[in-house]
Amino acid sequence: MKSTFFKIIVAILLLAIGVYLGKSFFSSPEVNTVPMPSTIKYRNIGISNDTTQVAQSIGFNGKIIEVKKGASIQKAVEEANPGDLIRVYPGTYSENVFIDKDNIGLQGVVIDGEWPTLDGKKEINDAFLYSGNGILIENFKIINYKGNGIMGQAGNNFIIRNNWIIDAGVYGIFPQYGKNGLIEHNVLSIIADAAIYVGMCDNVDVRHNEVFDNVAGIEIENSRHCLVENNYAHDNTGGLLAFITPGLPIKTTFDVILRNNFVVNNNHENFGAPGSTVSGIPAGTGILIMAADDVIVENNIVTGNNNTGITIVDLATGDPKANDLNTEGNPDRVVILDNIMFDNGNDPTGEIKAIMLSKMDTKGPDIFAYGGGTGSTIRDKNKYRTFGLDGYGKAQITDTRDIPTMMTPSPVQPRSVSKEELGELTYYGVCAGCHAFGTRLIGPPMEIIQAIHHDNPQGIVDYINNPKNLREDYPEMPPQDYLSNDAKMAVAIYILGLKE
Amino acid sequence: MGKKSIILKSSISGLLLAIIILLLFTGVAPIENYENNPKLNSNCPPGFKKNADNHCVALNLYMQYDSPNDKGVGGLQTGLPEIRDGFSPQVIDLGRYLFFDPVLSGNGTMSCATCHDPTKGFSDGLATSIGNHNQKLKRAAPSLWNVAYLKKFYWDGRATSLEEQMQGPLFSKDEMNNTPENLLKTLNNITAYKQLFVEAFPEKNKKSSIELNQVYTAIAAFESSLISLNSKYDRYAHGYHEALNQQEIEGMNVFRSFVARCAECHTPPLFTNQQFAVIGTPEPDGLPLDPGAEMPFKDKTLRGAFKVPSLRNIEKTAPYMHSGNFKTLRETVQFYTDGRGHAIPENENLIIHWHIWNPDLSDAELDRLVDFLKTLTDETFTPKIPEKLPSGQKPTL
Repeated sequence: MKSTFFKIIVAILLLAIGVYLGKSFFSSPEVNTVPMPSTIKYRNIGISNDTTQVAQSIGFNGKIIEVKKGASIQKAVEEANPGDLIRVYPGTYSENVFIDKDNIGLQGVVIDGEWPTLDGKKEINDAFLYSGNGILIENFKIINYKGNGIMGQAGNNFIIRNNWIIDAGVYGIFPQYGKNGLIEHNVLSIIADAAIYVGMCDNVDVRHNEVFDNVAGIEIENSRHCLVENNYAHDNTGGLLAFITPGLPIKTTFDVILRNNFVVNNNHENFGAPGSTVSGIPAGTGILIMAADDVIVENNIVTGNNNTGITIVDLATGDPKANDLNTEGNPDRVVILDNIMFDNGNDPTGEIKAIMLSKMDTKGPDIFAYGGGTGSTIRDKNKYRTFGLDGYGKAQITDTRDIPTMMTPSPVQPRSVSKEELGELTYYGVCAGCHAFGTRLIGPPMEIIQAIHHDNPQGIVDYINNPKNLREDYPEMPPQDYLSNDAKMAVAIYILGLKE
Repeated sequence: MGKKSIILKSSISGLLLAIIILLLFTGVAPIENYENNPKLNSNCPPGFKKNADNHCVALNLYMQYDSPNDKGVGGLQTGLPEIRDGFSPQVIDLGRYLFFDPVLSGNGTMSCATCHDPTKGFSDGLATSIGNHNQKLKRAAPSLWNVAYLKKFYWDGRATSLEEQMQGPLFSKDEMNNTPENLLKTLNNITAYKQLFVEAFPEKNKKSSIELNQVYTAIAAFESSLISLNSKYDRYAHGYHEALNQQEIEGMNVFRSFVARCAECHTPPLFTNQQFAVIGTPEPDGLPLDPGAEMPFKDKTLRGAFKVPSLRNIEKTAPYMHSGNFKTLRETVQFYTDGRGHAIPENENLIIHWHIWNPDLSDAELDRLVDFLKTLTDETFTPKIPEKLPSGQKPTL
């Protein structure tokens, strides 16, 4: 009797489990399965390189703001505070999203192959524009913008990942003035300049991206400490580029590793805008190194590029631009390690064709070097068909396996300013326009304010927010409520402590 | 408390005055009528803190931020380029008197402020400035706001310091038409200036004459004190997003977009990257092409190149470009969308900057750009024009 009862219970239980499993396996995916985005892992702070233990990782621990079809991503950005994650569901969003805040995540949610798509309709300038630090942008499809797909202006610690960008105008992904960033697993095509353009940045990894049918695939320009690894750059005019553009305020490119990439059939007709830097790149350019120093080219598969596999030139040869007295234009200490190169130079063009013809050769070389530069080396020169490598010595290193990343071992910290310093900066940077100690400018002297608000900084803060004219012989003070709360309190305390 | 300190102060200043008078009568300094002359300000101008060495050190909210590779270019919250500061308040104040004083010119009619007028954004409101004998000069007077952050001077960048720069207009026959000898002679004949130079340069031997480099230092010090960093835009940049209205924000986004590309050269926070650019603007009717930086650098690739100017207080300095061809900001922004190289004379072959292209901006976008440019205005730290000058002349604007 007991056992029958038990059996029935078990049967019901099994049935329930079956129904539950069936529902979980066969129903459409639930939105609550969206995983949190993975953020930058800093493994090595205070830990030896022998462990994969994560020492520090900054996640998005604030609120999650959902944006669904028909709503505005920008509205969500306005609502967001540092640490918040904005989840964007499938649908078409035609807007320019700008993020002037720190630590905001923007995560597309792809459901059943349906992407959240930003469509610029060839009218809107840029899809994403950020100036904050700690910005993450992942899983978006971006099409038909006039300017850039994703552009950063001075944001550090950024992640740009899993985006699918088609015909986004000038650049697909363009972080500028950023330090410590990761650009990975993006697919970019039909971009009239560079698909991925790292400009005036430091410590950026560009990994596992596919770039094709663009004028330039991946470009490291006026940037230092960059790793370009495991990318598939094919059917562009030029595949991978590391160079200096003269006339920019940050004037160097060095310490760049191009490693383990496929650089294949980059023979696309050049459709760059007249006057743009890339409009001068000859079709059939696999890798171009111009004026950049300490570039290591290692373990790439470079095939089928009709002009040359690797071109190494100085600025005078490569770039018809206005001179810049402060730019050193020679590529120095380039290192070519093991690469697989064949089938390059089948149809050379322009100057390279002329130069090769003068050598009785109708084919372009695997590696072509021309112009100034010293200290460059190669591991096995005999392996490749080369031109202009007579001065190249034997490489002093065999590989770069000891350099897993160029990103910084810990997050780039914002400059830290103490409360006292903030008070001082605010006082002299803002208040001193109207107030001084011991003398009347436009507003009352500081000792009068000290006497009124003695020991009461909050009183000054209240007055800053909402001034009430207390004196007939003085003009009314405009509210200074635009100052941050920290700055208001800091300056109030600073004012009360002023001695002279 | 307040009364007490005032009493204390009066007695201290009384004591000081007594000492000074005593010194006068004991003949230590051959100074006459000292009280009738302006004395120099011992406080630093706004934006500067006086340190223990009596140096004015610049302080502002942008010092909260880092700047990539210390170049002072980047985004909203980026530090400024290195500033030229550290002058004493007295030297700055002496520079203020010299700046407005027409005795600095050959015939005593022009001061620095004639072309750099604080009521006109430290420019002169003219397409090109008017020089000696009312002659029309070749280029527009650049604004002096925030020059302390600049590394090269003149439209063609041929000077690397303010001291070097100011000798151009001072001694050019076409401009202030003075000579170093005459300038020194003039100043050394003005007793009040001799006294002020002693006050400003205390290490100076009291009997020695005023020297040229002291004149240059004082004017450079004053020019370096002209700081404008508290505009509506700056409030936005520091995080108060309500500072700009919807149209101004739209304008800002056009400005920094990669279609208009304004911010690529007019890079915040100073709104210049301090580089040269050949953009191919037209000259006013009848004027030949200005070769710009080609001449001083003897470099053909720099033909038509000019220094990228800062856009702070740009609203105040119409007309625009090196020879003032555009009367309004609207006309100026229009130039950038009328086509790469559209205004280059036929026989010229300029290497136009790569950011000059065909952005195809709409009229609405151009209007918004102008809205945004006007948010860069801030004249809260405008210095006072002296009421009277040590020379007895009236300040000349």
